[in-house]
Amino acid sequence: MYGKKVKFRFLFLALVLISVILSVFLILQSLKDNVVYFQSPSEIKSLIELDKNKIRIGGLVKEQSIFIDPKEIKFIITDLKNEINVTYSGAVPNLFAEGKGVVAEGFLKDRNYFSATKILAKHDENYMPPEVKEAIGDK
Amino acid sequence: MLASQIGYYSLILGLLLTFTLCGVSIKDFNSSKKNVDQNIYTLSFLQLFLVIVSFLSLILSFVKSDFSNETVFNNSHTTKPLFYKITGTWGNHEGSLLLWLLVLTLFIFLFLIKSKEQPKKYRILTLLFQQLIIIGFFLFVLMTSNPFNYLFPIPTEGLGLNPILQDPALAIHPPLLYLGYVGSSIIFSASLSAVTQNYISKEWGQHIKKWILVSWIFLTIGIMLGSIWAYYELGWGGFWFWDPVENVSLMPWLTLTALLHSILVLERKTILTSWVVILSITTFTLSMCGTFLVRSGILNSVHTFANDPARGIFILIFLFVLIFLSLGIFFLFHKENNKVSKNFFWLSKESSILVNNWFMMYFLSVVLIGTVYPIFLDVISTEKISVGPPFYHKLIAPFLAPFLLFMALGPKLKWIKSKIEDKISSVLFFIISVALTFIILKNLSIDLLFYTVLISAAFFLFFTTLKELFVKKFNNISQLIAHFGFSLFLLAILFNSILSSEIITNIKVGEKYNYNKGEIFFEKIEEKKENNYNSIVGFFKITDKNSKTIQLKPEVRIYNQPTIITSEADIKTTLLRDNFLVMNLVKGDEYFNIRYQVKPFMLWIWISVLLISFGGTMSLIKKRYEK
Repeated sequence: MYGKKVKFRFLFLALVLISVILSVFLILQSLKDNVVYFQSPSEIKSLIELDKNKIRIGGLVKEQSIFIDPKEIKFIITDLKNEINVTYSGAVPNLFAEGKGVVAEGFLKDRNYFSATKILAKHDENYMPPEVKEAIGDK
Repeated sequence: MLASQIGYYSLILGLLLTFTLCGVSIKDFNSSKKNVDQNIYTLSFLQLFLVIVSFLSLILSFVKSDFSNETVFNNSHTTKPLFYKITGTWGNHEGSLLLWLLVLTLFIFLFLIKSKEQPKKYRILTLLFQQLIIIGFFLFVLMTSNPFNYLFPIPTEGLGLNPILQDPALAIHPPLLYLGYVGSSIIFSASLSAVTQNYISKEWGQHIKKWILVSWIFLTIGIMLGSIWAYYELGWGGFWFWDPVENVSLMPWLTLTALLHSILVLERKTILTSWVVILSITTFTLSMCGTFLVRSGILNSVHTFANDPARGIFILIFLFVLIFLSLGIFFLFHKENNKVSKNFFWLSKESSILVNNWFMMYFLSVVLIGTVYPIFLDVISTEKISVGPPFYHKLIAPFLAPFLLFMALGPKLKWIKSKIEDKISSVLFFIISVALTFIILKNLSIDLLFYTVLISAAFFLFFTTLKELFVKKFNNISQLIAHFGFSLFLLAILFNSILSSEIITNIKVGEKYNYNKGEIFFEKIEEKKENNYNSIVGFFKITDKNSKTIQLKPEVRIYNQPTIITSEADIKTTLLRDNFLVMNLVKGDEYFNIRYQVKPFMLWIWISVLLISFGGTMSLIKKRYEK
């Protein structure tokens, strides 16, 4: 039979292997649950089935579309082809303005209404999120 | 003009000198002389000197607002305060790479003069490996990101520095972070050299530990400063967002922490040698990867200055060369040391340190996958995704409780074999911690099992280390302080996340907003004119249910160059809580969007991180003192 040492080693290796497999499985599993997909207004219009999960929508804030009251902010995100109405009741980042790029995170109510839980900050005036750039085409 | 030229030519000269240095080192490596050739010291010093000259001339160009220099033109402005003209030097891509180079040369020079008791061949080989990295960065700076590009005709005014970077915390954050990041290059070079020379021993462990500590301390404080900045400048009221850019700084920190622990085993028992080398290689590789991801424009953030694919490709190639080279060396030269007995008892200090390493590797893989997976998916398909905080919280939080228990009990075990002494006090502390947690959480009416377990574990570590600190006095004090700091850190974070409250509303001047715990009164606004920005200061009176009133004055700044609006949060910090108020213009100036947060124990998060790094510093000083 094998010595005690070899047995111990074997046990150790098996333990390591199992824990590695388990943790990889765990990580991938939660990755699946916690990923947020990005979509443009046009993509949403062409959806066959509404996504119930949290998504991100990017595009430009339509000119003259911001409407504000004490409770919430309403605005329209456009990719210059299609648009979607957004309602939001949270803090807005510095560079949120009409005609500028925006990324909103939240849930779809239907193909025309989006309820945002977060509006993402940008750091730089000239910078446009790549997702937004892609969504509005190379304009 | 002149300064730029001096800067540029000293860089070229520096590169040429590096080749000479390599030549002299190789010659000296093969010679039979006992000591390192004096010329090597001189050349290494000259190399450092030339890079410093180059760096200083860039600073000078910034101070003088010399817009014939492209870097200055892109990132500075005449109306900018002097302090930010200087710090703007490393607030951009070109300048920050020059800083990388500066730290690289600084560290190898310090290594040379501080390692005189080490074997000659080992020292020279370390120097050579480091020079390889230095040459790579010289070429990188000169070929793709020359800080001294000439502009003609000379513009009269610069484009200005992004205002959110004009901040004291951010002025010192890059240099400190770089000392940590780039400090790991020495560990990398030294481990490769030690592998080749078959010199991985107790002496080597003791010697390299200091360098690991230095990197680790700077990295810890560097990350903290970035986090403090994000807390008050970005206006989100949090201090960690699991943003990819934050993650890439956390990853080398995790491996460095693992390395710091396993080197303790190596310096006593000469085991885990391959593991230490692998960790050293990984740490530096992760630092380089971080630089690659941040600089290539793959990750978009405030760190992305200008996207230039050439830069990304250069770092990527360089990175691959380094990885293959180091792995090649490792597999070719590494020999297991068979002389050392391998009696490994399961309940001993080294196995508990191994446990630490396993946890660190697990945390690392979570952060790595969360950061890299979206990039990977973007490359292989068109799908764009993001991985948010819930992913990290879900995967990391459950493992923190056992991690904390090991942190409390592990250090009490003896090397190799240990009897579990003072079982009674441990059990007692455990009961106290659980009871205390129950009482506190009952009072707050939170009955989540998850919090109970985590907070109990944190309290357990807190009490155990506190007791040891009093009983043992100076024995092992650095470890105790660091672990104590960590328990404080987690307690602060946990209570902060449980007890934080937030009000977000849109409000006009003169209006009152009532919420269940009090009232926010927007008294008035005042306008202020500064040299490089105009600001609107809001005056708020916040009355809580005990009718205590605090006044907060957040600001909205409109910078003139470049035209950017930033909000300056007003934070009232006390030992118990931070009151945080930030306001923002939405459209016109009728409504202001405000966010008011009460964040308990914020100050303790920073204090505990300082304590953790202070623990590291103690360890560094203690070693010196004993000699």
